[in-house]
Amino acid sequence: MATLPDNRPVDLTRPGYSTPVIAPGYNLEQVTAKIANVILTTKIKLGWFGVFIIAFGIMNLLLGAVGYLFVKGTGIWGINIPVGWGFAIVNFVWWIGIGHAGTLISAILLLLKQSWRTSINRFAEAMTLFAVACAGLFPLIHTGRPWLAAYWLFPYPNTMKVWPQFRSPLIWDVFAVSTYAIVSLLFWYTGLIPDVAALRDRAKNPIAKLFYGILSMGWRGSARHWHRYETAYLLLAGLSTPLVLSVHTVVSWDFAVSVVPGWHATIFPPYFVAGAIYSGFAMVLTLAIPIREAFNMKDFITDRHLNNMAKVMLGTGMIVAYGYATEAFFGWYSANKFEFFMIQNRMFGPYGPMYWFLILCNIAIPQSLWFKKVRSNVPVLFLISLVVNVGMWLERFVIVITSLHRDFLPSSWGMYHPTKWDWMTFFGTMGLFMTLFFLFIRVLPMIAIFEMRTLLPQAKVKH
Amino acid sequence: MAQDSENDLVRIQTTKKDLGLTAEHAREKLSGARGPQYWRSLQELTEDPEFDAMMEREFPRHASEWTDPVSRRGFLKLMSASMALAGLSACTKQPFEPIVPYVQQPEELIPGKPIYFATARPTPNGAYPLLVRSHEFRPVKIEGNPDHPASKSIPQGSYPAELRWGVTDAQSQASVLDLYNPERSQNVTFRGDTRTWGTFVGAIRDAFGAERGRGGAGLRILTDTVTSPTLAAQIKSVLQANPQAKWYQWDAMNRDNARTGAKLAFGQYVDAQYRLAEADVVVSLDADFLSGSHFPGFLAMSRDFISKRKLDLAGGEGEAAKMNRLYVIESQASTTGGKADDRLPMRACDVEQFAGALANALGVGGSNGTVKDDHAKTFLNALVKDLQATRGRSVIIPGEQQSPTVHALAAAMNSTLGNAGKTVLYTEPVEIVPTEQAAGLKELVADMNAGKVTLLVMIGVNPVFDAPSDLKFADAFEKVALRAHVGIYHDETSRLSHWHVPMTHYLESWSDTRAYDGTVSIVQPLIEPLYNGRSAHEVVAVFSENPGVTAYDAVQSYWKAQNKGATFEPFWNRALHDGFMPNTASPARPASARPAASALAPVNDELEIVFRPDPTIHDGRYINNGWLQELSKPITKLTWDNAAIMSFNTAKQLGVKDEDVVTLELNGAKVDAPVLVVPGHPDKTITAHYGYGRTTVGSVGTGTGFNAFLLRTAERSNYAAGVKVTAKSGERWRLALTQHHHLIETKKWKEDVVGSSQVGNEAASRDLVRSATFEEWRRTPGFANEGEHQAPSRDLTLYGEDGYKSWVDDPAKNAAHQWGMAIDMNSCIGCNACVVACQSENNIPVVGKEQVLAGREMLWLRIDTYFTTPNTNDVSNPRAFFQPIPCMQCENAPCEPVCPVGATVHSPEGLNNMVYNRCVGTRYCSNNCPYKVRRFNFLLFADFDTESYKSRNNPDVTVRSRGVMEKCTYCVQRITSARIHAEKETRKVRDGEIVTACQQTCPTDAITFGDITDKNSRVTRMKSNERNYTLLAELNTRPRTSYVAEIRNPNPEIAVTPEDHGHTS
Repeated sequence: MATLPDNRPVDLTRPGYSTPVIAPGYNLEQVTAKIANVILTTKIKLGWFGVFIIAFGIMNLLLGAVGYLFVKGTGIWGINIPVGWGFAIVNFVWWIGIGHAGTLISAILLLLKQSWRTSINRFAEAMTLFAVACAGLFPLIHTGRPWLAAYWLFPYPNTMKVWPQFRSPLIWDVFAVSTYAIVSLLFWYTGLIPDVAALRDRAKNPIAKLFYGILSMGWRGSARHWHRYETAYLLLAGLSTPLVLSVHTVVSWDFAVSVVPGWHATIFPPYFVAGAIYSGFAMVLTLAIPIREAFNMKDFITDRHLNNMAKVMLGTGMIVAYGYATEAFFGWYSANKFEFFMIQNRMFGPYGPMYWFLILCNIAIPQSLWFKKVRSNVPVLFLISLVVNVGMWLERFVIVITSLHRDFLPSSWGMYHPTKWDWMTFFGTMGLFMTLFFLFIRVLPMIAIFEMRTLLPQAKVKH
Repeated sequence: MAQDSENDLVRIQTTKKDLGLTAEHAREKLSGARGPQYWRSLQELTEDPEFDAMMEREFPRHASEWTDPVSRRGFLKLMSASMALAGLSACTKQPFEPIVPYVQQPEELIPGKPIYFATARPTPNGAYPLLVRSHEFRPVKIEGNPDHPASKSIPQGSYPAELRWGVTDAQSQASVLDLYNPERSQNVTFRGDTRTWGTFVGAIRDAFGAERGRGGAGLRILTDTVTSPTLAAQIKSVLQANPQAKWYQWDAMNRDNARTGAKLAFGQYVDAQYRLAEADVVVSLDADFLSGSHFPGFLAMSRDFISKRKLDLAGGEGEAAKMNRLYVIESQASTTGGKADDRLPMRACDVEQFAGALANALGVGGSNGTVKDDHAKTFLNALVKDLQATRGRSVIIPGEQQSPTVHALAAAMNSTLGNAGKTVLYTEPVEIVPTEQAAGLKELVADMNAGKVTLLVMIGVNPVFDAPSDLKFADAFEKVALRAHVGIYHDETSRLSHWHVPMTHYLESWSDTRAYDGTVSIVQPLIEPLYNGRSAHEVVAVFSENPGVTAYDAVQSYWKAQNKGATFEPFWNRALHDGFMPNTASPARPASARPAASALAPVNDELEIVFRPDPTIHDGRYINNGWLQELSKPITKLTWDNAAIMSFNTAKQLGVKDEDVVTLELNGAKVDAPVLVVPGHPDKTITAHYGYGRTTVGSVGTGTGFNAFLLRTAERSNYAAGVKVTAKSGERWRLALTQHHHLIETKKWKEDVVGSSQVGNEAASRDLVRSATFEEWRRTPGFANEGEHQAPSRDLTLYGEDGYKSWVDDPAKNAAHQWGMAIDMNSCIGCNACVVACQSENNIPVVGKEQVLAGREMLWLRIDTYFTTPNTNDVSNPRAFFQPIPCMQCENAPCEPVCPVGATVHSPEGLNNMVYNRCVGTRYCSNNCPYKVRRFNFLLFADFDTESYKSRNNPDVTVRSRGVMEKCTYCVQRITSARIHAEKETRKVRDGEIVTACQQTCPTDAITFGDITDKNSRVTRMKSNERNYTLLAELNTRPRTSYVAEIRNPNPEIAVTPEDHGHTS
């Protein structure tokens, strides 16, 4: 038996009861206070501090690993010939995939008027940004000469009249990812402005006042402001929507445009996009479940949110499963020796266990989400979200490594073994992600205050 | 030491400026003397190691060529100027870059244009005649001498005479790296402390003086096999003056068996020279004559052998086509066995039995050997029939490691078959004084133990490491009062010697030598000694009346004495220019072999160990050579190590697998070795290559391999039965293979070796290697282009009329030339010479064992080896196919469109260019390359720091830095240079004017390069061959590199089952 904020008991298991997207009993002020107080409180929770320190420590692994990488070169990793791409590209695709949920939740669900998205969109967008930041690191550091790759991949006018090679998917990647990062940032920031203004108004500390004052860009909440805000937000949502599809499509072209068996497949764009949303929602769940626990936000991030996200996961997971099946089918049906060998090698070759573990993580275990009991069991849901995260990482590993390590000429076959530097870089980006994320929930409202207020009955006044 | 009278001395003009401590030292020395002072180097003058270090930097750049008076004058001027500058730099401590223009330009030198000098690389088996490319008087690239009978290539058909080239072997190619090795010994040392040459001469002459009274009774000279007439004459004259002194020769890979066998057969020492161009049937009794320069006469033998397999050259195409047949009976898995038409693997001790049986069947007499199984009997009968049908056109070659009996039997069989004088000639041995070396060494050890030896001088040998283990050389060695070692490197022997004198590399000293056929070459230096080395001639001269004689004087005066009269000068110049003295080949002796009478060794059934020289580092002499260390050994594909090589069955019986460490025990001696299972290796025998496991060695050789010499005794130096193998549980030794062996084509192999969980055996269905038997080819000449692996039609395009157009067809894209390459699989013997040539030409770095293990070897050209067992399902006897893989230079290159910065682009001439300074290193191009020919600088592999190696680099090729992709360019620097040359003469580049490094060095002319738009070019003719095919054609990459399918000529009577169809692999 759960209780409402005003201590009224409520039976959530009662038939016909649909968990609301915001628990009953809040008024406008309470919503603002509850979210803003997490930030404006002067005493920092020990728990937050502890986790932040750990995340920061892990981030320093990344700094160390990348520092050493710049000193020595990419040879500190396990890559070789034939496996020219390793953890860096696996992690890149994984992080980019995670970065999909934010925009999907904010933009597509906004356009589809899915009001339940409101309480999770802000931190999902933040997650997107930070995931894209982590992802964006890899294409740069994975190059042999990052100090040149940092700008030679951009079409800047120069006296040599040398341009990037626009036929290369890597160039498309540069544009896709940078566009996505910029639009996501603008979208996130635009959405933040009214909330930041609220924080500015509530802040007592002069530094906080100044900080939020600058960020709020003079927001006064006038009707004209709101009108322009709504227009801009809607436009940005419209702009972001195709990007959700395009970014991972372009990322998949990195593989699909090549001639490598296991990469060269027309199924890749939809299959990658579905996978991205799948892993993105898994990551949102992975973050939302502990956060709503830690910051007592169960009223705003309710079981209904979790339930809905689990359903999206189940749906996209099925698309991904279809992708795997299609790949295997094509391997056989194409009657192409290289393709067929590739799929056999993927399943039964030296990396076979990885493949089956990925099937277990991405297809078998998530089937339990068909059951409402599982979807409403928060700890199990949390575990499944972790399993899907692992599975999606394995998927990228399997695609990148098993396709490369045995391609056309058997004489050149090899194996890929990640080194400690590979692992340090990978875990380090998780540290970077968590560090940024914890800074975010400490200084910015993790839930859109004004949007939450629109969910209240008071906001739905009919004139 | 300052008073040493030297002919080739340099006069130093000192400056009066303050030159710091070192210079003050020098001035002190100078002021104490009167008149002009001469010294060979500042190290001698100051005895200062720092100056010595500086000398290393200074010398290579301006070292000169001494025969030409103009360049010598220029050199003197340069040296004096650079010395002065060197001194100045010492006090200012600023980065020092002397830029000294030629005051007087050497007549023949055009800066940027290389000059070629003829010389020869002496080896115990005879010299390898060379033309060495020198850039600004730095030897950079070794090439074969095109005129020398031992190194000229297969006649190039329509090529004009000036477009011929010479061929070489892998070790010769790599020898230039040894020259510049900064770890060569650089100072005369006495018990490890630096001394001068003068002190050494004084000490040795003191000790020698005491010996002189008793006829030199305590003096022993131990050299490696001497093929230098001058050195032999010098030593002989020392021995004449000191009749009690003795001279021994020792090489671990000696030819004692051949010598003893010749004694048995002919009563005298002879060299057998095989004329394989005359032989239609070649039988190898464990003779690995196609593997490399450890086999005497390797270049000529492989050239002649393959010339009979060039189906377009040997007997014309079609009905007239003829092909020789190679039978190999062997005790290991060698390239010779891989190329065999019919191969019979057996243990080394059984080869003698087989030879006995063969001799008996051929009616030679002697004892009959036993031939064990039915297959061997079928083989024998078919072989006998074939040999009898080709009398006078066949030849039987005994292996160097086979017993004297086998050599004697082979000689007798060749006589009986009428081959002697036709396909095999018997001549004077290549060494000046042939000996049975192990017996000599035994005598020396006995003398040392008896205390008879007071002064032991060792030149170019390392007996402490490589002497037979039962002689206990090191123990006896300690009993010698004064031990002097002369060698290029510090080694096990120098460590235990009193004196060590750095020896000159052959590229930096005068000498002479004989090729395997006896033809004499003058060894002409290309550079001043880099590290104060002394040649063997100078060392031996210490014992003569004239201890100051230089190598140059010694060699010249020897030949002056041989050619008395006024004609010497032109003779000498001619010899230097040509690189050899014409008509000095040893004449054939009319020798008739006696029927072999000696009994065959009893048959045993124990586990056997076979000792062989390592295919790349030989007896350990090249262990400090990174190129040879990283060169994957033929068949095994092993780098940086040796291993206990065995068959799958033997490994199964012993319960071991690859990389397991086992203890090999033989007569109480033990050594730990890693196991390597190799397809085609006979059962019940283990091959151990010696030369590895050295203890006193440079950084390159440190920690590589195990020492097989520990098991090798004087009596059983080639193979021994009764080796005990115990697995050391849990111990593993990682072996850096560049290619794995699970690629053999049989179901059984897959099940037995690879294991069902592995998805192996893909080479077969991918049709990478195409071959047929001679008969099949006669029936279906176009077999290589049947089947499904064909390039899609050019009309199959989305782009309609403007669709795919070849660079050749499309006039808009058409440059004056379109380059292409054809590789004749029939000719490739997998000897690796091209691989090292490519490394040398293109400044390819060495990465080390760890990086090879990580899969990052950098070689642009590799030799893929595939196995197949067409006739039987027997994995112990596969055929091997060698497929050199350079860049395919695809017309539709998958690497090009994926590069985000356009660092790899197509040239109008059809090359797939790599722009190093544009590359940012995404490695996408390599991922997308179906042939995996691209190599990436994962770390800073190129050596930018070692001063001496900077001089070694080919100045025409960029040295690649970290983070950059690189690949084969068809030697674009050679193409460009030829194009510029042609443009100056306003003509097109002629066919044969451009020779790629791999093509140039190939002993069998397997590689053809040229313009594919020229209808008459050799490459066009090769590509128009019906057997021509491209790799992975179905990908529509349109490679410019194509392969000519291999034809084997097996005896139909031996084949168990006929080959099912043309595509055997």
